[in-house]
Amino acid sequence: MLRRYLAKRLVVAIPSLLIASLIVFTLPRLIPGDVVAMMLEEKAYAKDLEELRAKLGLDRPIYVQYFEWLGRAVAGDLGESLWTRRPVLEEIGQRLPITLELALLSLVVGILIAVPIGVIAAARQDTVQDYTFRSAAILGLSVPGFWLATLVIVLPAIWWGWRPLTGYVEIGKDVVGHITQMLLPAVILGIAFAAAMMRLTRGMLLEVLRQDYVRTAWSKGLRERVIILKHGLRNAIIPVITYIGTQLPQVIGGTVVIETIFGLPGMSRFLFDAINQRDYPVIQGVNLVVVSFIVAINLVVDALYAVLDPRIRY
Amino acid sequence: MAGNAVAQAGSALDSRRELARRPERSRGAAIARALWLFARRKPIGAISGLIVIAMLVMTLFAEQIAPYGYDETIRGARMKPPGAAHWLGTDNLSRDIWSRIVYGARVSITIGFATIALGTAAAAALGVSSGYFGGKYDLVVQRIVDAWMSFPYLVIILSVMAVLGPGLLNVVLSLSIIVAATGSRVIRGATIAVAQHAYVEAARAMGCGHARIVLRHILPNVAATIIILSTIGLGGIILAESALSFLGFGVPPPYPSWGSMLSGSGRTYMYRAPWMAVWPGVAISLAVFAFNMLGDALRDVLDPRLRGA
Repeated sequence: MLRRYLAKRLVVAIPSLLIASLIVFTLPRLIPGDVVAMMLEEKAYAKDLEELRAKLGLDRPIYVQYFEWLGRAVAGDLGESLWTRRPVLEEIGQRLPITLELALLSLVVGILIAVPIGVIAAARQDTVQDYTFRSAAILGLSVPGFWLATLVIVLPAIWWGWRPLTGYVEIGKDVVGHITQMLLPAVILGIAFAAAMMRLTRGMLLEVLRQDYVRTAWSKGLRERVIILKHGLRNAIIPVITYIGTQLPQVIGGTVVIETIFGLPGMSRFLFDAINQRDYPVIQGVNLVVVSFIVAINLVVDALYAVLDPRIRY
Repeated sequence: MAGNAVAQAGSALDSRRELARRPERSRGAAIARALWLFARRKPIGAISGLIVIAMLVMTLFAEQIAPYGYDETIRGARMKPPGAAHWLGTDNLSRDIWSRIVYGARVSITIGFATIALGTAAAAALGVSSGYFGGKYDLVVQRIVDAWMSFPYLVIILSVMAVLGPGLLNVVLSLSIIVAATGSRVIRGATIAVAQHAYVEAARAMGCGHARIVLRHILPNVAATIIILSTIGLGGIILAESALSFLGFGVPPPYPSWGSMLSGSGRTYMYRAPWMAVWPGVAISLAVFAFNMLGDALRDVLDPRLRGA
C-alpha cells in the first residue's frame, strides 16, 4: 500500500517539478544585463558578441534552449558554467555536501533544542518556565541570524582576542577543526528553526494531553514521564515532522547568508555569485538540484508518517 | 393637552437623541475597556503594542525625532563610541547612528506594511478563489503554489530582485510573492472549511451569485484568519527585508535600512567600532520581537483555535 501511495505521489510530483524547471529556466534569463557582453568585456573568448553568443549556444530560440537543457538534465547532465567551462554537476558535487551538512547539523541542533523545551513548556503550561521558554522562542525568531553571526565573530575577538577559523577546513584533513568550524554556523541557523519548532511541539502536545486516553493513562497511575513521552509526544510529533519537511527549503536557503559570513564554500554562495555573474547554467542547475532534493525529502517525510503512526495507512 | 403632547414628543425626541448619542460614548468606553482587558490579560502583548506604536511615530516624525539628518556628516565625530552627544555613537562617515536608526524604521515599517497589504490581498484572492471554486482551477493553482513553495524563499527573492533591480517598491513586490504563495494555502484551507457550512448552501439555493457568496458569506468568515496571518507575517517580512539589504539587494544607499547598516561598512569596521554593527541588529530584533509578540497576543484573543499554530 505504502509503495503504491509513494508511486502515486511521485507521479503527482512530476508536474510540480516541471513547473519548477520552467521557473528555474526563465527567471535567470529575465535578469537585466547581457552575460555575453559581460563576458566579452572580461574574457576575450571570441571576436564579437554574435560569435560568442553562437559559441555559447545562446543565439537559438529560448524554447529550443529550454527543451535541450531539460532533456539533458533528465539524463543527468546540467551543462557547464558559462564562465569557468566546468561541468555544473561536478561543481555542485563539490559544494552540495557542505550546504547539506550545514543544513542537517542545524536541523539536529534545532530538534535537540526544540523538542525537550517544547515538551517541558507544555507539561508545565502557564508556569514561569513556560512563559520564559515561550518568550525565548519568540526572541529566537526575532533575532536576525546574520547579526548573531556577526556578533559571534566580533565580540569574542574584541573581548578575548579569539577568532573563529576563516577559510574552509576539509573533514578529511582535520576532523576536529572541521566540526568546530561547522558547529557555530549550524547553531546560529538552528536557533531560528528551533524557535518555531518549539512552539509547534508545545502546541501539539497540549492538544494531545487533553485527549481522553491521556486521562485514562493518568487514572491508571502511570508516571508522568511515561504519559508525556509515550502517550503524548508520540502522537504530537507528526505535525512537527511535517513542519520540518516544509521548512527544509528555508533551512537550505538560510545558508546563503551564513555561508557568506563564515566563508564556507557551499552551494548557496555558489548560487549567489552565479546570479551576480548571470551564469545561467549554474543558476538553473543549482536551483533544479535544490528543488528536486526538497521534493524527494517531502516524499520521505510522507513515508515517515506511516512508520511513526500505525493508524496511517496509505 | 396639546402642550402635553408636544412635551411628550419632545422627551421622546430627547430620549432618541440620547440613544443615538449613547452608543458613540459607550463605543469609546468599550474600546478603552477592551484595550485595558487586553493589557491585563496579555501584558507582554500590550508592551509590544506600545513598541509598535513608538515605531510608527518614529516613521511618521523621523525629521522631528532624529537629531541629525540620515546622511548628515558631523565634523570631527568619526566613529565616536556611544555617549551623551551621540547616544548610539557615529559611523565611519561621521553620521549619527541613532538618527540613521530612526530613519531606518521608515524603510522597515513601510516595506512591512506595504508587503503585508499587497501580499495578503493577493493571497486572499488566490486562496478564496482556489478554495471556493475547487476542481481543475484549484488543482492548477495549487501545483503552481507547490512549485513556488519548494524553492528556498531567499533564492526566489534574490532572483526576483536581480530581475527588478534594487529599490523600495521592488523589495515590496518580491516579498509579496512569497507572502501571497504561502498565505494562499492557509486561506484556501479556511475557505474550504467555511464553504461547507449550511448557510453557504442556503445562499446558493436562494440564487445568490458567486460574487455575492464570496463577498458576503465567505470573506467575512475567513477575515479572522487573514488578520492573524498579516500580524504574524509582519515580523518575518521585516527580518527578510533586513537580510535582503544585508546582501545588498535592498533600498539603495545613502538611505539607511537596518539591514544595510549591518553590512558593508558595518562589517568592515566592526572590530574598531562594534557599535556600528550592534545597534541596527538590536533595532531589527526589537521590532520583529514586538510584531511577533503582538501578533501572538492578538491571535490568542481573536481566535483561540489557532493557538500554537
